[in-house]
Amino acid sequence: MTQGEERTELATAELAVASSALTKRFRGGQLAVDHVDLVVPRGAVYGFLGPNGSGKTTTIRMLLGLAFPTSGTAQLLGVPMPEGSTRVLSRVGSLVEGPAFYPYLSGWDNLARYDSADRTASVRTAKARIGEAMERVGLTGAAKKKFRNYSLGMKQRLAIAAALLTPRDLIILDEPTNGLDPQGTREVRTLVRQIAADGITVFVSSHLLAEVEQVSTHVGVMRLGKLVFQGELAALRRTAAPRIAVRTGDTEAAAEVLAKLGLADTVLVTTGLVTTGLVNTGQVNPGLTDGLVTAELGEVAPERVTAELVHAGVGVRGLSVEAPSLEDLFVGLTGEGFDVER
Amino acid sequence: MSSVDLALPRETGRPAEPAASVRAELRFFANELRITFYRRRNQVLLLVTALFPIVIGIGLKVSMPHGGGGRGPGASGAAYFSQLAGNGVFLTFVALSLLLILVLPVVVGVVAGDSVAGEAGYGTLRYLLAVPAGRTRLLAVKYATIVVWAVSATFVVSVIGLLVGVALFGAGPVTLLSGTTVSLADGLVHVLWVTLYVCAAMAAFGAIALAISTFTEHAIGAIAAAMLIVVASEVVDNIPQFAPVAPYIPTHWWLSFDSLLRTPIDTTTLWHGLLSFLVYAVVFLSIAWARFTSSDVTS
Repeated sequence: MTQGEERTELATAELAVASSALTKRFRGGQLAVDHVDLVVPRGAVYGFLGPNGSGKTTTIRMLLGLAFPTSGTAQLLGVPMPEGSTRVLSRVGSLVEGPAFYPYLSGWDNLARYDSADRTASVRTAKARIGEAMERVGLTGAAKKKFRNYSLGMKQRLAIAAALLTPRDLIILDEPTNGLDPQGTREVRTLVRQIAADGITVFVSSHLLAEVEQVSTHVGVMRLGKLVFQGELAALRRTAAPRIAVRTGDTEAAAEVLAKLGLADTVLVTTGLVTTGLVNTGQVNPGLTDGLVTAELGEVAPERVTAELVHAGVGVRGLSVEAPSLEDLFVGLTGEGFDVER
Repeated sequence: MSSVDLALPRETGRPAEPAASVRAELRFFANELRITFYRRRNQVLLLVTALFPIVIGIGLKVSMPHGGGGRGPGASGAAYFSQLAGNGVFLTFVALSLLLILVLPVVVGVVAGDSVAGEAGYGTLRYLLAVPAGRTRLLAVKYATIVVWAVSATFVVSVIGLLVGVALFGAGPVTLLSGTTVSLADGLVHVLWVTLYVCAAMAAFGAIALAISTFTEHAIGAIAAAMLIVVASEVVDNIPQFAPVAPYIPTHWWLSFDSLLRTPIDTTTLWHGLLSFLVYAVVFLSIAWARFTSSDVTS
């Protein structure tokens, strides 16, 4: 084994979730998940984003060993899946595609059912653990109630309780706020924060950025089965940093001024459009050809940029500061929605 | 383990000692049994099963001509009916042979057909596998529960039949189909053997229904398919032109327990029957295992 390989193995062992070229092609030929390389560090709260049908749930099913990948590999806590299912899954709590329980059993009996299937869970502590999990999600009062009489929010909470039955190293939550009212959504968010505060890695999927934005440290964005962005949320935010846009006839000079001010990532766009307002002169004045220079604003005040531009003799025709919201970026990555892309 | 692991609360921890793992296996099996027998639908099934021998007993008592030795309704169990007079033990055989045609297969088929498909339908299958229950282990627990269920249903018929029979027709030395009379105690031993033979038949049928259950997430479809197999098999068994294949169809040996009611006992037939059950169980459990351990859980 070369040193490089050794280092890679060590690195994946330190990841809570890792996948490499993970691919799932359904029998119909549809490519649901297309070469996805997930990198989820331990201790992270990873927001797994993407519109409905972008392959999030299929990815999660493969991570949990419920579905078999067509090609590629996946690891949970350094253990290869699905081969290591029985070894590693007892350290992973999960909520996949909505809660599912036995309608004819009470909430308590439902948890006892799943707990009994876990060969690493102790019978001795079962009662205490089930009680604790129910209390954590505020269902103690409804423990004896039949699951079929639970409200949607209660069902969701019971599913989260099931994910917390034994001490976990990783919690995978697939759309945990689906169908919840705003209060319920907030409760889930608080719960995710608490879980993360215990040092547990949380992998939470959602089709709504706003839902995970406040709790995530990392995000991955899926579109049409592909992972189109992955990294720290802060990195995504940085790409959402406010930018200054200067409309001018002399883009070169403007860019020079911006660079001198220390603005990063200067972009020149020569539009070539005549936008003088003197439309019917019949003359094309080269000096009136419009251009746009944009740069990351950083710490510099916009009025200082204006002053410097004027001072340098750059003719400024327009100046604006634009900050795309994280939502805009997200939509930019995933597409507008509405169209069913496949 | 990483430092993250150490930071986790472990006081409610997991014992690693091997004794605990045996207990863990039993715990899952016990839970499966509990929710199977606790389920209202299944309780009603057992209750209805228990009513059949009572109704059959009362019906025979009412219709039986006085003076004894007369023939009851000329159905498939005709040979047993004539033995009923003054011989309540025979009600067990009458009940078993009548209920084996459809009622016992329904009772077993409902639970076995529902076993995996029902979990898939509720969506609980994905959670059990994510626990992780383990696919092979889950299938083993499911089949063990089906066997316990089949044995319970068969013994319900047998025991209720015996009690009702004795209450209505009295108990005494048992005259077997071959005309030999044995003591009551010997007669009860025959009852036990017959019941166990029927249990084996139903356990094999449970394996068929379990295999079907792994192919769908619609429990009702699996149950219906299992019933269809029983009915189709019985029809084929009754068409003389199919005689060459008859020994290989699933229901052919079910009623062969009448060999146990003759002296000397025709063991060849019994062994053929038991071998047929074993082969069916092994083949269909293999199919169930191959399917269940290799397919995606999409529900």
